[in-house]
Amino acid sequence: MDGSQGIGLAGKVDAQPVKGEDVPPVSMASLKAVPPPQPQKPGDLYQSRVKIYPKRVFGTFRNVKWLVMIVTLGIYYLAPWLRWDRGPLAPDQAILIDIPSRRFYFFFIEIWPQEVYYLTGLLILGALVLFLFTALLGRVWCGYACPQTVWTDLFIWVERLVQGDRNKRMKLDKSPWNADKIIKKSTTHAIWIAIAVATGGAWVFYFADAPTLLKDLFAGTAPLAAYISIAALAFTTYSLGGLMREQVCTYMCPWPRIQGAMFDADTLLVSYKADRGEPRAPHKKGDSWDDRGDCIDCTACVTVCPVGIDIRDGPQLECIQCALCIDACDDIMDKIGRPRGLIGYETLSMPESRARGEPEKVRLLRPRVILYAGLIVLISAFMGYQLMTRGDLDLTVMHDRNPLFVQLSDGSIRNGYTLKIQNKAHRERALTIEIDGLDDIQLSRPLAGDNAEDRLLVGPDGSLSARIFLAVPPATLSRLDNRSGESNLKIAIRDAETGDLIVKKTSFRAPQSRR
Amino acid sequence: MTHKPKKDEVTGVYTTGHEWDGITELDNPMPRWWLYILYACIGIAIMGWIWYPSWPVWKDGEMTYLKGVSGYSTRAAVTRELGDIAAERSVYLNEIRDMDLYDIQKNPDLLRISLAGGAAAFGDSCAPCHGSGAQGFVGFPNLNDDAWLWGGTLSDIAQTIRHGVRWEADPETRMGVMQGYLSDGILSRSEVTDVVQYVLNFSGRAENQEAVARGSETFANICSACHMEDGTGNTMFGAPDLTDPIWLYGGDPETIFRSVAYGRAGVMPAWAGRLDEATIKQLALFVSSLGGGTDPVDQ
Repeated sequence: MDGSQGIGLAGKVDAQPVKGEDVPPVSMASLKAVPPPQPQKPGDLYQSRVKIYPKRVFGTFRNVKWLVMIVTLGIYYLAPWLRWDRGPLAPDQAILIDIPSRRFYFFFIEIWPQEVYYLTGLLILGALVLFLFTALLGRVWCGYACPQTVWTDLFIWVERLVQGDRNKRMKLDKSPWNADKIIKKSTTHAIWIAIAVATGGAWVFYFADAPTLLKDLFAGTAPLAAYISIAALAFTTYSLGGLMREQVCTYMCPWPRIQGAMFDADTLLVSYKADRGEPRAPHKKGDSWDDRGDCIDCTACVTVCPVGIDIRDGPQLECIQCALCIDACDDIMDKIGRPRGLIGYETLSMPESRARGEPEKVRLLRPRVILYAGLIVLISAFMGYQLMTRGDLDLTVMHDRNPLFVQLSDGSIRNGYTLKIQNKAHRERALTIEIDGLDDIQLSRPLAGDNAEDRLLVGPDGSLSARIFLAVPPATLSRLDNRSGESNLKIAIRDAETGDLIVKKTSFRAPQSRR
Repeated sequence: MTHKPKKDEVTGVYTTGHEWDGITELDNPMPRWWLYILYACIGIAIMGWIWYPSWPVWKDGEMTYLKGVSGYSTRAAVTRELGDIAAERSVYLNEIRDMDLYDIQKNPDLLRISLAGGAAAFGDSCAPCHGSGAQGFVGFPNLNDDAWLWGGTLSDIAQTIRHGVRWEADPETRMGVMQGYLSDGILSRSEVTDVVQYVLNFSGRAENQEAVARGSETFANICSACHMEDGTGNTMFGAPDLTDPIWLYGGDPETIFRSVAYGRAGVMPAWAGRLDEATIKQLALFVSSLGGGTDPVDQ
């Protein structure tokens, strides 16, 4: 009956009927989901996609999904238009990935390319949050928040608006190509393409000043990369959200394959309560509910399913846990006067508990949940602390490696260093170089330009690479116990105006003492 | 071990018939669009053959290849890109070529370009003898220190690079002769030994003060012509300072004896004509920036 179902999960509920011949005859044949074709003979290599016509549904989870869609799409489309004042020298866009100047602005945070580890940290955090939610609620990300789901939902909404609900769409597809069909189909695709272009259009605003870019885009003067990005994202949005839909989740996304390792017997999953529903059979008003299950085999859960499965077959690879079947079933249960929740969020251990007559328990505090939550707290705290305490002045000292040292004609030994200074403040800084660790050390700077030898000027929001030489006279060298050939040294830069002081440890190399 | 494919009871999908320790493999069919993507990729590959150079062919008695309708050639593309880069650089390089070295030094942009270009040119042409860090080897001077055989000002360095040292093909080359005073029969072995003691005395390392006294006369008569009476050398003749701790060939008594007795005549090629004027200027600025240049900076 369900052929597209691929890898059966270990947790399949045993109590359900074996598929195929044993399924009782169906009543409302026109509302039945078209079952995807079963490979009729062994060795069938390919199967065509069977188009899915999800029926409209009302209910709690549908409302939650509408809300999530409005919030996520709202953030996506509007965020680039938020402004944030950073003074005259920096852009005033709140969220901006400025690739030419190599800066990432996020409200009060400003990230330089060498701080890309914050992005790594965010990705790690994102993965852990995904793990945590999967351990607790299964593929709740897939069902509610994944862009693929959100845009597919939006595209289905458009489809329904133009072509009508499930039955009308099925009828339209079967009808010959007449004027009505052409108008409805082309209108649907035109709106999809408009949404797809707007999706790509919103994306590029994160990379440039949004109001300027909008004008440029319409004037035809925007960079070619912007048009290419819009076209590429419009293509993927249109094809993945409009044409591919559940094929993306079933065949292209790796997450359904990984999820099996994230579930356990206490994860809340969208499930059909087979022990309550079976044996299923059509029900006429006035018939007895004795000796039968609550499922009237109306297939409401199947017709609303956006991935085209029957939830009554147990946990399946294709299921994105969108919970629309819960809404559909609850609606039917209300109508026939049976309690809600024949389909609902349930753990794999609950049917066993019911069978033993024990109370149903939801164990939230499990080792993996505690581990994920602990890691999330730890990493967020660490990253937050790092972000809040980082200064806007940074120094890196690189000691010359070739040659390690140079002997000068007066017998002194000179070492070379490259100082890399990052001034993240939006004003020029005058910095003093300070050396600590060896007596009578002489600082010189080749090509010091207009600056004094120990003073450096770093422009606003800029960086500077400066070569310095440190020379130690023979008298100091002879006092050194220099058997290792290396002495400790500290190089510091000081901003006299703010008092900022950055100290870096390095070393001074000289010929090794013979003794 | 042939097993017949059979239907898996739980999933209703046929198995491949393969079995490992009781574990069988479901034979799920691929989605058909996946196959179409494969066909599309094959189509794109064929268009690639037509558009770009592709297969080797035997034509008119020689091995060649299908040129493709676009006429694209990687070699031509590289040549064009290099030409573009050269055209972009030539703006600065022409300025560097025509400007005085000391003016370039005062121009921050041109100086930055010169130091980067000089470093690259140094790695290509100079590093084989002077070392990748310009640290030098025995007989090849260290360019980081402040001892200069032929002068350490920007123009001195540029002159040395242009015309080389003892490079006979160049009439303007740096010329200085340190002949073999023993091998040429000018001094006797004991006279050489004495003058070595005298040279060692400049750095307070003489072992025999009587030999120093004897050597002083030889030094005054012969050596001081180039190395000066106080032994501080003369950059006019490439005569090194004998009083400092920097020795091109080695400062131990045996090596100094060998230098005096058999002579030294290190050679550096003239680079004018092999490198363009802009590159030579960039090299001079780079070498000066290594810390040994004797130019007063920005005055």
